Amino acid sequence: MASMTELVHDPVFSKPKALLSGVRGVQIVDFDRIDECCGFGGTFSVTEEAVAAKMGYDKLAFMQKASPDCIVSSDMSCLMHLQGCALRQKQDSISPYRRDLERSITMSPVNQARNAEAFLEDTVHEERLDKLLWLLRMRRDAAARQVPEWEELRTLASDIKEHTLTNLSDYLIEFEAQATANGVTVHWARDAHEHNQIVCDLLAERQISTLVKSKSMLTEECELRPFLETRNIRVTETDLGERIQQLDDQPPSHIVGPSIHKTTKDVANLFAKKYGSDPNNEDAAYLAGVMRENTRPEILNARAGMTGANFLIADTGGVIVATNEGNAELSAHTPSLHIVSAGIEKLVPNMESLAVFIRLLARSATGEAITQYTSTFRGPREGAAMHVILVDNGRSSRLGMERFWHSLKCIRCAACMNTCPVYRRSGGLSYGSTYMGPIGIIMMPTFDVRKYSELPFASILNGSCTNVCPVKIDIHEQIYGWREVMEEKGQIQTVKKQAMKIADKVLSNPTLYQIATTSMSTALDVLPHFAIYNRLNAWGKHRDVPEAASETFHEWYNNHRLKANEVLGL
Amino acid sequence: MSNDQVRNTILDSVRKNQPTSRSMPQIPYFGIDDTKDLVELFTQGVMRMAGAVIQDAIPDLDDFVHHRFPDAKVICSAVPECKGAIRPKELTHWPEASKTDVSIVRSPLGVAETGSVLLSDVELQINTIAFLSHDLVVLLDPDQIVQNIHNAYQHPYFKARPYSLLMTGPSGSGDIGGITVHPAQGVKTLTIVLAGVPH
Repeated sequence: MASMTELVHDPVFSKPKALLSGVRGVQIVDFDRIDECCGFGGTFSVTEEAVAAKMGYDKLAFMQKASPDCIVSSDMSCLMHLQGCALRQKQDSISPYRRDLERSITMSPVNQARNAEAFLEDTVHEERLDKLLWLLRMRRDAAARQVPEWEELRTLASDIKEHTLTNLSDYLIEFEAQATANGVTVHWARDAHEHNQIVCDLLAERQISTLVKSKSMLTEECELRPFLETRNIRVTETDLGERIQQLDDQPPSHIVGPSIHKTTKDVANLFAKKYGSDPNNEDAAYLAGVMRENTRPEILNARAGMTGANFLIADTGGVIVATNEGNAELSAHTPSLHIVSAGIEKLVPNMESLAVFIRLLARSATGEAITQYTSTFRGPREGAAMHVILVDNGRSSRLGMERFWHSLKCIRCAACMNTCPVYRRSGGLSYGSTYMGPIGIIMMPTFDVRKYSELPFASILNGSCTNVCPVKIDIHEQIYGWREVMEEKGQIQTVKKQAMKIADKVLSNPTLYQIATTSMSTALDVLPHFAIYNRLNAWGKHRDVPEAASETFHEWYNNHRLKANEVLGL
Repeated sequence: MSNDQVRNTILDSVRKNQPTSRSMPQIPYFGIDDTKDLVELFTQGVMRMAGAVIQDAIPDLDDFVHHRFPDAKVICSAVPECKGAIRPKELTHWPEASKTDVSIVRSPLGVAETGSVLLSDVELQINTIAFLSHDLVVLLDPDQIVQNIHNAYQHPYFKARPYSLLMTGPSGSGDIGGITVHPAQGVKTLTIVLAGVPH
């Protein structure tokens, strides 16, 4: 029996469970990941059929481990979905994911569903990623339960961000004044190009051709690295995961752990190719040592270092950077030039507010109480320079979007990604975007509606992302909102549009619904196999069509209850 | 377009688009159960993050460092209680801190909730000794341990110093296969010695 577990300290009561527990001879057995969605999700089960089916098979596996005689649900669609998976499972002893698929073409909308299906074919990576991220979710839940005021902190964090964003112009001006007084040079960039050009100019003025940098999603968003590399500036990422992705010429697949989708074997092979290390040594400590040895000379010789910013403090001009590796501190302090890239939404009013966010950030991300290094940079040391670039790149426009401005509250903890059943089974690269998972779905369309028009459909809308968000962004509501925008802007694929149109027509008309259910039952009995299982039936790719009941609920009701009512004179 | 023009364009756009002002919430006082032993909580926090805490009194800090790090050659001490081989100010360039094996510094504040210690440019003198050394030893007066992060961020350093750091355990990473390893780019070990400031 499923129940929500993300919300801390909320008592969970299940009426069906309480009722069934009262039946003599019935023993209710629990199973792993009790709050995982089965993957049905209405039209999701056909528009994102590969991920939907994988979720169904995973749910079934967790249930089967508990050896139940019977699976009970109050949701008929869950049962239908699980039955479809169970029937196919009986026939296939091999993985149902065996098909060659093409990657999506860049200029057309990113086809997340197709990319996810390709990711699912490789069971090693998919299963590992799912388990690892689920573990992070569990750690997050455990850490949250350790803090009695957890839900109060979430509300405070949300309110502080909303206050700051609705007074953002004042806070930006205050930050600029304070930072300037601290000896920091503040730059402003309207878009990615302006940001990149400022960095380039700062380096060119000093004839600097090597740059070390720590992880910053904003610099990924601005595509800074390729911009600098084409201008003969060598950029070395100092975050371990980000460097792995740089060496493999891939973007980050997760905003906290950029290379989280890779196995130790993948990294061993990559380092062997790039650094000449032992390809057969998959020990993580050995591999981290290889990276340390190769990156440290770059850090010591670099003349400029870059970091992002987790938060900007308006009343002190402080820049807060949180890392586990110490690489941001090394990148900022070892060279004599420190450049900070920060989105304008990173402001918080003061250090008192910051405490609320720091208590939430690492716990939401990894389940640790805090990151190893939580730095406050307020100004340059003697003989050095510090520059902060405040970047808009669409943020001020998003602030004016009534339904979507709340996404600017994001503190980039990735909790929504770790808990998302679709992300865990798709991998971050399937989104084809800088930000991925639930937060990516609601941010990316603000950059390019057409390119990211398919992303809002890569969600089962189970609301788990919203429940774990430390700043209470209504993520699943916004995902739904973006679907409506895509519909309004005519950006929905014909297949999806048809599926939704049919569902809308049938489900909103009782007569049509009854005709559909009755005729479907008859059709399934008489149609040959090829007529049911073909490329037009997305459901049938990875699942069986469940056996239809001998009578529909309405038929049963008419036959039994109405007669009973007659007898009782009702 | 000049930096000022860009600035004004962005600020105009923010002013035009920002929703109606919402009020700043009052942040209540969040304390922890008074019966809890702060030193014990702090120690658990440090150990959870793979750091070590020495609670026993240490008569000679130089001896302690030599015994704990027998292979260390260059010991950089930023505290009067330990002579070491060099003082931070002897490092003329900040990257030179990479030549030090062990750095010793005093922290003015510990945080029970997280096992963090505060370090700033005041104590470090050369900030890179906290990152480029192989090992870091931090002295902390147990009376300076505060309950939680709310208390910690009231420390005046965060509003006054160019650099302040809450450090919690040695450098680490889970980026390879999700397996936590120490170190990544920063110090290999962090040892916190609970010791009051000598009179």
